[in-house]
Amino acid sequence: MNKRTGKVVRLATPLKAWTQRFAFLLLVGAAFGLMLLGKIDTVLIERARTQLADAMAPLLDAASEPVATVNGTLEDMRDLARMREVNAMLRAENQRLLDWRRSAIALAAQNAALRDLMKLAPDAEQRYVTARVVADQGNAFVRSVLVAVGKSAGVDKGQAALTGSGLAGRVVEVGDKISRILLITDINSRIPVAVGAAGDKAILAGDNSPKPSLMYLLPNSSVKVGDRVVTSGNGGLFPPGLPVGEVTEVADGSVRVRPYVDWEHLDYLRLVGYDLPGLIADFIGKPATAR
Amino acid sequence: MQPNLWQRLDILARALTPLALTVLLLLFSLTPLRSPYLAPVMPSIALIAVYYWSVFRPDLMPSGAVFLIGLLHDLIGGGPFGIGILALLMVQAAVGAQRKFFATAGFPLLWLGFAVLSAGAQLLIWIFSSALIGRLVDPSAVMLQYAVTLAIYPCLFWLFGRAQQLLLRDAEPVR
Repeated sequence: MNKRTGKVVRLATPLKAWTQRFAFLLLVGAAFGLMLLGKIDTVLIERARTQLADAMAPLLDAASEPVATVNGTLEDMRDLARMREVNAMLRAENQRLLDWRRSAIALAAQNAALRDLMKLAPDAEQRYVTARVVADQGNAFVRSVLVAVGKSAGVDKGQAALTGSGLAGRVVEVGDKISRILLITDINSRIPVAVGAAGDKAILAGDNSPKPSLMYLLPNSSVKVGDRVVTSGNGGLFPPGLPVGEVTEVADGSVRVRPYVDWEHLDYLRLVGYDLPGLIADFIGKPATAR
Repeated sequence: MQPNLWQRLDILARALTPLALTVLLLLFSLTPLRSPYLAPVMPSIALIAVYYWSVFRPDLMPSGAVFLIGLLHDLIGGGPFGIGILALLMVQAAVGAQRKFFATAGFPLLWLGFAVLSAGAQLLIWIFSSALIGRLVDPSAVMLQYAVTLAIYPCLFWLFGRAQQLLLRDAEPVR
């Protein structure tokens, strides 16, 4: 190495180290900036997230396919092993369901007659879209999933996401091909519900644990273990009467609910649009701000 | 001798291996596995990746790349925004500050080092997330994620090691 380059290296090394340190500090500062931005301008971040998810949609869709297949095969094998047992169980359940069906038909007829008698305004029109769950947020701070439908299929913010067994969550972001569902167990989830036969009003509040709790129950309410929890339809966000879960724990000040949804088999979600009759909808506006 | 265009492209592609591999794994970690026992908690792949490459090829994992990984992680993660970036940058800085230790450490010591650093990172994430959400988040989920991440570390260590051997064998700089 000649004298000249030696000098350059001597000068350049600390300069390089200094630039690196400066760049690092700049990036740490940027991280803090983004944190603040995320806190102040939630909409901007959500739009960025949705756009990214949209861009990844085909990839996620493709990736979730083999996983679903493997899961399905494993499940098939398990089912095959206990076919006899399951068959007997299903027979019994079918019997029970037939009974239920008979009483449901009778009740529906009676309900229609009574509604007619009371001149009750008809319920708002409901629209359904079914979508495959393509991604799962594996994170200790958030409980949400992505589904492979978006604006083009008529999905809207605030719609309820259901499985066959009950309410799973709510649409919080909508992209062109992908939407994010905030599950009812998420720490940010708040759902107006009605509890038990008396229909005590409360708010179902998630806390990232598998069992969300009921808030704002009136002190004299008669909630007990085993009570059914359904959506109340308050706030115009959800149709009333969607099954949510069952009360499993009543201690003073804390009521826990076990959701009906089977979280391990969240393969498809049905998104329910709910069109409130004109005037009220205009008055409430888009349910998007009700986060 | 000046390398020609293809050689330069080849070198560039190889240099992008750590970043590309990490991004791929991040996307992969999003697919719903629906394993009954792991359902809510996936290992923090970004943490392992940034740690590994900061130890073995810091030249290929500059702060800018770490920032990018963190940004992607936070965007697809859906939690409070910006915290992942900060935690990953801190891990990188910590490895950089203790380069002498990491340069001579074998696998068990590296695992131990990761246990310590990722504990710090998860604690940081937990504190900041709780602060931003405005409530204390249940720490058991974070601890579970920490444990799962620690358990999966050897697998990813092996995977990254293979990638490094296959693609980055020539031009191996001093650790």
